[in-house]
Amino acid sequence: MTQQEALQEYLLRLADSDMILGQRLSELVGKAPALEEELASTNVALDLIGQARHWYEYAADLINNGRDADNLAFLRDAHDYRNLLMVEQPNGDYAVTIARQFFFDVWHYFTLQSLVNASDERIANVAAKAIKEATYHLRRSAEWVRRMGDGTEESHRRIQHAFDLLWRFTGELVTPDDTDHAMFKAGIGPDPEQLKQDWFGMVHEVAAQATLTPGKEDAWMYMGGKHGVHTEHLGFILAEMQFLPRAYPDATTW
Amino acid sequence: MAEWHLYEVFVRSKHGLNHKHVGSVHAADDEMAMENARELYTRRNEGVSIWVVPSAIITASASDEKEVLFDPSEDKVYRHASFYKLPDEVGHM
Repeated sequence: MTQQEALQEYLLRLADSDMILGQRLSELVGKAPALEEELASTNVALDLIGQARHWYEYAADLINNGRDADNLAFLRDAHDYRNLLMVEQPNGDYAVTIARQFFFDVWHYFTLQSLVNASDERIANVAAKAIKEATYHLRRSAEWVRRMGDGTEESHRRIQHAFDLLWRFTGELVTPDDTDHAMFKAGIGPDPEQLKQDWFGMVHEVAAQATLTPGKEDAWMYMGGKHGVHTEHLGFILAEMQFLPRAYPDATTW
Repeated sequence: MAEWHLYEVFVRSKHGLNHKHVGSVHAADDEMAMENARELYTRRNEGVSIWVVPSAIITASASDEKEVLFDPSEDKVYRHASFYKLPDEVGHM
């Protein structure tokens, strides 16, 4: 794997995770538990899709075979997608939506914190803008975790269930592979060991405030999203997300 | 949702000096009210500062007191500063 191949791969992972979570949150349009939450969730979705666009554009420039950002988002199949398994999980009840968001936001925040100082200027610039959004996302999802965990008996039960349900997808966030190591060595991505410490540190801190019990670090984990091996959910997401550009490839306005 | 409170939202725009009432939000607590206000009322770059106030603590004038409270000032035009000649140098005041 050359340095550029690793960078392309890494950019697609960032882009795909942003894109799929953005798509998942967009499913809440008209269906969130409150009008305020609907707008908040879809604002987050728009932030993520905006970030995905920047990562796709950079990836497309590197791949340099005529594909553009839209092409990468809408004309790749599931096995080419490199998103984390966490973000493709269904919205479930609002506790699951929030827990998924929180686990992702903690990862996203610390990852972007490293990317802000990337030796690659283009990545640093995108990250500088994205981290402002991610900081807010994390604040919001962490507050919801505390509110539900330390709320009523029912809200506590639901958010604890969401933690238990999604825990098996957290290992992928903090388990590095060759690409992650290559990006760290290149002065771009975070130190994998540090990222892992930071992620667990914050998750345990917020869980304690929320009176929740997180899973164990050495629990059995689902992996594979970063290599294109996905859960059964991704195909359905792509089918919905990609239908329009595939059916009307020449459309320029919707 | 039934236990959420109503908050009134005030936003100060970039060039405004004062916070203006822009609407209301529902929220379970003050932090959520602030975030919901941010999501609903500043997403098109409308503001640089937000106040949220629980609607329940606002004391409002009663509509059936309108005549008593406001009609007496109708015929007191002399309270407007419109009977003075301003020198041109003063400009907009």
